[in-house]
Amino acid sequence: MLEDFLSNPTAQFVLFSTVKIIVVFAVVMTFVAYAVLVERKVSAAIQDRVGPNRTAPPLALKIPFFGKLLQSWGMFQPMADGLKFMLKEDFTPSYVRTIYFWLAPAISVIPAFLTLAVIPFGSQLGGQKMVIADLDVGILYTFGIVSLGVYGIVLAGWASNSKYPFLGGIRASAQMISYEIAMGMSVVAVFLVVGDLNLSRVIEWQAKNGWLIIYQPLAFVIFLVAVFAETNRLPFDLPESETELVGGFHTEYSSMKFALFFLGEYAAMIGASAMMVVLFFGGWSLPFFGTPASTLLGGLLHIGVFLGKMIVLMVVFIWVRWMLPRFRYDQLMDLGWRRFIPLALGNIVVTALVLALVER
Amino acid sequence: MPQLSDLLFYVFAGLTLLFGFLCVANPLSRNPVTSAMFLVLTILSMAGLFVLLNAFFLAAVQILVYAGAVMVLFLFVIMLLDMKEEERRRLNKAVVGLGSLAVLVLAGILVRAIVSGSKGAAVEGAPLEGSTRALGRILFESYLLPFEILSILLLVAMVGAILLSKRDLK
Repeated sequence: MLEDFLSNPTAQFVLFSTVKIIVVFAVVMTFVAYAVLVERKVSAAIQDRVGPNRTAPPLALKIPFFGKLLQSWGMFQPMADGLKFMLKEDFTPSYVRTIYFWLAPAISVIPAFLTLAVIPFGSQLGGQKMVIADLDVGILYTFGIVSLGVYGIVLAGWASNSKYPFLGGIRASAQMISYEIAMGMSVVAVFLVVGDLNLSRVIEWQAKNGWLIIYQPLAFVIFLVAVFAETNRLPFDLPESETELVGGFHTEYSSMKFALFFLGEYAAMIGASAMMVVLFFGGWSLPFFGTPASTLLGGLLHIGVFLGKMIVLMVVFIWVRWMLPRFRYDQLMDLGWRRFIPLALGNIVVTALVLALVER
Repeated sequence: MPQLSDLLFYVFAGLTLLFGFLCVANPLSRNPVTSAMFLVLTILSMAGLFVLLNAFFLAAVQILVYAGAVMVLFLFVIMLLDMKEEERRRLNKAVVGLGSLAVLVLAGILVRAIVSGSKGAAVEGAPLEGSTRALGRILFESYLLPFEILSILLLVAMVGAILLSKRDLK
């Protein structure tokens, strides 16, 4: 009975996909928790502080040497943070539009996780491709889902029914649409070079011909900056902008609902870093380690390489946040429309011309 | 046993119709934002229908352009309007009557056309293919002129929109 079930290809597909989804979800949640810790530690180092180094459950301190060490690294801080979010009072102000107020946090988290479905995070592991959905329109799917992410923020701003969140929501809708264009245009040049929209094949191409950042440095710069705007990270966190809008779109949120926005932001950051690794840094491949793995160890190493590159990019995100001041809103729009979109269009034209000449 | 894709077709088609109805005539809420959100859901379920036709590119672009960009701008404008007045406005009975009549007539014509039409031979040859490469080939080889004309039309619309929004040109 069970063997019949397992030899059925549909059942196998369902089974493996479920396992992959659960594992990816668990890994990303862990990454989110510890990304917050890294953010606090890095910001502390930049501002010449120590950062979280006190939290520890009493039992952990009993471990000789390591207990104290982990405590000073703040390794237990994420657990305390999570617990705190869950235990805080979940307050819904009387004047909000209740249905949208409840929906908005969920809508902002879901797209961030959905984008992870098409990302090839490893080559092969026991005959299984290490990607949840190997779509032929991979990148278009990602852009489609990313473009839905704005609804969470816009609805949160509108549903809060008060002035500061509303301004945050308005800013978010204009900002995210503007930078989506620049982002999409920058990637067109990449796919002109590769000749395929499937992300697995983009990595295979890079394993053969070298990383795409060498061929398309301008596209990478535009993509990187646009990602900051899309994920609402400093220097482009105008929808949030504590100094002028209190908390921006999430001013009225508390407890777990606020945590969901937080989670969505970090999940989007992880998704964006993974996307950049796939598009510009050769995904799971290294210059000398590029063929899809045939052994279990090789497969695991490829996943490790991917995660390593992703972590480096995430540290860049965090680093930039604490080094640069926030842009003014008109500067942000000017940069997007008058600098990046023409640059990206020019990049497409030049790339197409060069490719046509090379083929000649 | 019906195929899963057939079943999914009915699910997505039903959802498209349901959300479309709720978008234009929601009995519970007269809020324009709710209507806009149901329009987004309609677009998403239509993207599901495209996927069932193997037209992945169209599905992705449908979500990217309509749900992700056009509808966000719709929301942007709606949110800046005075919603109270819109919500207070009741349905006009005459309009409802005329609308239902139009729908009935159109449905009658469609049903008549379906019933009277003879069942054609099954389409041979062309396999269901919606890959981006095939679509690009067709657009740039067989239909290059219409494609270029369309792009000029879009450009004209864009220039026109900018002209209209700038009252005093310097």
